[in-house]
Amino acid sequence: MSQNNPKDEHDKPLVSYRKITKSFGDRTVLKELDLDVYPGEKIALIGPSGSGKTTIARLLMTLEKPTSGTIEVEGEMLWLMPRKGKLVPANEKHLHRVRSKIGMVFQHFNLFPHMTIQRNVTEALVHVLKIPKSEADERAMRMLERVGLQEHTNHYPSQLSGGQKQRVAIARALVMQPSVMLFDEVTSALDPELVGEVLDVIKGIASQGEMAMILITHEMDFARDVADRILFTDGGVIVEEGTPEQVFQNPQSPRLQTFLSRFLNGSSDGRTGSRVAAGAEQ
Amino acid sequence: MWDWDYAEFILPKLLEVIPAALAAALAGFMLASLLGLPIALARRSRSKWIALPVAAVTEFIRSTPLLIQLFVLVFVFPTSFGITLSPFVAGVVGLGIHYSTYMSEVYRSGIDSVPKGQWEASIALNFGKVRTWTRIVLPQSVPPTIPVMGNYLITMFKETPTLSAIMVVELLMTAKVVGSASFKYVEAFTLVGAIFFLLSYPSALLVRALERRLQRSERRTLLK
Repeated sequence: MSQNNPKDEHDKPLVSYRKITKSFGDRTVLKELDLDVYPGEKIALIGPSGSGKTTIARLLMTLEKPTSGTIEVEGEMLWLMPRKGKLVPANEKHLHRVRSKIGMVFQHFNLFPHMTIQRNVTEALVHVLKIPKSEADERAMRMLERVGLQEHTNHYPSQLSGGQKQRVAIARALVMQPSVMLFDEVTSALDPELVGEVLDVIKGIASQGEMAMILITHEMDFARDVADRILFTDGGVIVEEGTPEQVFQNPQSPRLQTFLSRFLNGSSDGRTGSRVAAGAEQ
Repeated sequence: MWDWDYAEFILPKLLEVIPAALAAALAGFMLASLLGLPIALARRSRSKWIALPVAAVTEFIRSTPLLIQLFVLVFVFPTSFGITLSPFVAGVVGLGIHYSTYMSEVYRSGIDSVPKGQWEASIALNFGKVRTWTRIVLPQSVPPTIPVMGNYLITMFKETPTLSAIMVVELLMTAKVVGSASFKYVEAFTLVGAIFFLLSYPSALLVRALERRLQRSERRTLLK
C-alpha cells in the first residue's frame, strides 16, 4: 500500500482503517475503505465535495461512528475494547485514552467564544491533561508564539480575523501533543487573502513535526508541498494514491484526470487554476 | 366617583402586602430557575426511561392551571401524603414548580443555540461529558436566556394574585377585603392595578437594559 515510502515497510501503522463503511440513512459516503497512516506521515486527501474525505477525518476523531469496519489507533480499537477475551463496546474511559492521541482542526474553527485566546488554548491542558495552570499558561504562550499570535492572548475570538482564529485553533489542538492531527478543510471558510498565513503555519508544523497529519484540502499546491502521500477519493472510495509527483504529474484514473483538469480550468475561481498548474502542466 | 381621601386612607394597607407578593415571586422564581435546568437536561437524556417520564410530567404541569396545582398542594398533600405546608411555602412551591416547566424550555432553547461545532471541539479536545456541559455548553447557553428569564420573573409577580386562593395575603385579596368594608371598590382595585404597573414596568425596562448590556458585554470585556 505504501510502497512509495520505504520506511513504512518496517513501521507499524499509527492508524488503520479496515473495511470502513459509513452510511447516513440510505446514502453511503464511504465504502469498505482501507487506509494506514504511519507515524509522522503527512497525508493529503483530495477529491470532489461529498467524496467522503471529511467523513474519514470525523470517524477517526470519534465524531461519527462507522456503520461497519474498524479503526485502530496504535493497536487499539476505537469503538471496541477487550474485556475477558472478548471485544465489547468501548466505554468513555477507553474512548478518552484513544482520543488523546488524535487532534483536529475544523473548517469553522470552533473556538470557544466565551473564553480568551489564552484560555481557549489552556482549557484542555488544565481540565483534561490536569497540567498546573502556570505551566499550561507557559505552554500556551509558546504555542501562540509559534502561530504568531502572542499579542492577542487576552482577546476574544470575535475580535480576530478568520485567519487568526484558525491559527488559534491550530495552537489549541497542537498544544495537546497528539500523535496524529486532522486538518479538515481548514482554509475553506477563509477569505482568499487569509489562506496563506494559515497554510504557512501548517507547513511550519509539518516541517519540524514527528506528528502524523491528515490534511483534507482543496489547495493543490499546498498538498503537493506538504504531503508524503496523496489520496484521491471519489464516491466513497480511494480511487488513486501515490506521491505528489505521481498523482499530479501522472494521474492514472480518468476520474482523477477530470478532477485535476477542473482545477486547471477552474473557471469559477482563477486562483485554483494556478494552485495546481505548476504540478499538473509539467 | 373617585374618593381621594379614601384612596389615601387604604393605600398604606395595600403597600403593606407588597413585600409578601415580591417575596413569593422572587422565591418562586429562584425555585423555578433551579428546577428548570435539571428538567431541561433530563428531557435531553439519551435514555428514554428518563426523558419520556420527565417530559410527560412537565407537559402535564404546564397544561393544567396553577390554581389547581395550588389546591393540590394545600388540600391534597396534607391528607394524602401527610405533608402540610404553610400557605406562603405552598405558594412558592406551586409557583416554582409550575414555572420550572416554562423555565426548562428557556434553558432548552439556550442549550440548542450552542452550535454543533462547540460540542465537536469539546470531543476533539477530549473533554468529558461533565466538563463539556459545565465549561463549554452552559456558560454559552445561559447568558442569552437572561432577558427571557427576567420576563418570567415579572410574569410570576403578576401571577401572585392566584396565591390568594390559598390564603397567601397578597395585593388583590387585600384590595377586595378593604373594598368590601366600605363598598368602594374602584379606589382599591385601581390602586392595585397601579401598584402592579409601577413595579412591573420598571422591571421590564430593567430587563431590556440588561439585554442591551449583554449584547455589548463582549466589547466591554476587551476594555478591561
